[in-house]
Amino acid sequence: MKLAICAGPATCGKTSVLRHTTRKLLARGSRVAFLKIDVQYAEEDEELAREFGIPTKKVYSGELCPDHCNVMVLGEALEWAEREAADVLLVETAGLCLRCSPYVDGGLGIVVLEATSGMNLPRKIGPMLSLADVAVVTKIDRVSQAEREVFRARILDAAPDIRVREVNALHGIGIDPLVERMRATPDVCGELTLRGNPPVGTCTICVGKKTVGWKSHFGVVRPLENQTFYRGE
Amino acid sequence: MIERITLTGGRGKDGRAEQVASVDFAMGNVVSIVGPTGSGKTTLISDLELFADGSTPTGRRVLIDGVTPPAEYREDPSQNPIALITQHTSFLSDLPVGDFLRIHAGVRSRDGVVAEAVVSQTLAFANQLTGEPVLPALRMTELSGGQTRALLIADAVVIGNAPIILLDEIENAGIHRMKALELLRQYRKIFVFVTHDPYIPLLSDFRVVMAAGAMTKVIRSGEAERRLAQRVRVADDLLAGFRERIRSGGEFSADELEAVA
Ligand SMILES: Nc1nc2c(ncn2[C@@H]2O[C@H](COP(=O)(O)OP(=O)(O)OP(=O)(O)O)[C@@H](O)[C@H]2O)c(=O)[nH]1
Ligand SMILES: Nc1ncnc2c1ncn2[C@@H]1O[C@H](COP(=O)(O)OP(=O)(O)OP(=O)(O)O)[C@@H](O)[C@H]1O
Ligand SMILES: [Mg+2]
Ligand SMILES: [Mg+2]
Ligand SMILES: [Zn+2]
Repeated sequence: MKLAICAGPATCGKTSVLRHTTRKLLARGSRVAFLKIDVQYAEEDEELAREFGIPTKKVYSGELCPDHCNVMVLGEALEWAEREAADVLLVETAGLCLRCSPYVDGGLGIVVLEATSGMNLPRKIGPMLSLADVAVVTKIDRVSQAEREVFRARILDAAPDIRVREVNALHGIGIDPLVERMRATPDVCGELTLRGNPPVGTCTICVGKKTVGWKSHFGVVRPLENQTFYRGE
Repeated sequence: MIERITLTGGRGKDGRAEQVASVDFAMGNVVSIVGPTGSGKTTLISDLELFADGSTPTGRRVLIDGVTPPAEYREDPSQNPIALITQHTSFLSDLPVGDFLRIHAGVRSRDGVVAEAVVSQTLAFANQLTGEPVLPALRMTELSGGQTRALLIADAVVIGNAPIILLDEIENAGIHRMKALELLRQYRKIFVFVTHDPYIPLLSDFRVVMAAGAMTKVIRSGEAERRLAQRVRVADDLLAGFRERIRSGGEFSADELEAVA
């Protein structure tokens, strides 16, 4: 089973990219399954099932960060896709907290960024970009070539080894190299591990202490003017 | 250095082969694409921009110096020799014009050092194309349609240094098109104008006539057409004068045209 995990901010074009990718993968004989992970609302699973007749599924992460949810459910999702006789699992996940990233070793990590989002976006989204294998830039039909160039340069500043693919996801232009990359990705096998380190989550705020101000807390704390440090035993 | 682009004919909207089997755009050429609304002018230049490989709806193919263009052209916009500017292309970043030009020039320069001269040359170019001055302190999103188009063209020519520039109906966007033509002629590039204007085609090296999605004719503008262009220019200046007076609140009598002519 090949695994591609596709992350990106809301409405950046993830589904549009995956829709064209699915169409092209099916045309080349792949058997695609699709999983959507979102916080509280999504209908991609129904859309893609209707459009392509492929097995689809969705998971609402609710209280969890969608990337954490991904860690919880991915293993079983691969088993599900296996039972559905698929040979590629495409996962669309909302990247919300910007500290996590959903990619796993051995799978393909795809971040989708819209060229219309402003030239500083690549500097703001951390591991969602820096740990991905491919950055797909959508909506290039909406911006000037000059801005496309700057956007691309900033992506490469944040993630020097990433492959940047510019696409018009509305019309499916520029999707082929992404499809080839997916087909060239080896099958995942054995135990899956997350590519990045999850952010530190054990602090007194997490366990429910609500008083404002770092002096009221223990664990990893952060004053306004200083860097994060450890306070306590 | 690119010397020539070839566009080989595909099919028109009726599915039949285009009358024009192939067109060559040579470095230094100014070319116009003409034809009625819906005849496929924009589609033709988007085939050029996409380096069509037979898979677009028209079935056309683009060759550069006789061969299939390399994949890097499509992958990296700074390698792409073609810049397309349409009525709808716009800037989204909310930076001051000067800052943005400096950032773009920085991305383009190998060592990240920006020659201020490039920035001021770009602004000077833009300011010859449009009436309202484009100032470095203006925010990009504040620019009017004409200013935006002028800056897009100037940026593509000076900073982007694209050897092939495609312009889709820029005459409707507040650009001095005569001035643009004169200025652009000073650069050795391929300029392709999609236009409904009567003047630009007469001053182009040749024009491609479109009908029903197909290239039907290639017309080279000879000496006669160039002379005619001068007279069209007089008529055009006359109209431009009227436009200017209307804009600035002028009032007219019935025989105003005779008085001028
Ligand atoms: N012009 C243009 N529009 C695009 C492009 N890609 C996506 N869109 C539009 O952007 C909107 C959002 O696209 P989606 O594919 O649903 O985005 P998404 O990332 O899946 O969104 P969520 O799953 O809701 O977070 C849709 O209206 C698309 O038609 C593109 O390349 N160009
Ligand atoms: N060779 C072709 N085969 C199929 N469809 C075509 C072909 N050429 C153009 N079309 C279609 O015809 C429609 C009109 O084409 P286009 O927008 O290029 O016209 P235009 O000449 O630019 O019109 P306007 O002057 O109004 O801008 C488009 O939907 C386009 O996809
Ligand atoms: Mg979606
Ligand atoms: Mg058009
Ligand atoms: Zn998280």
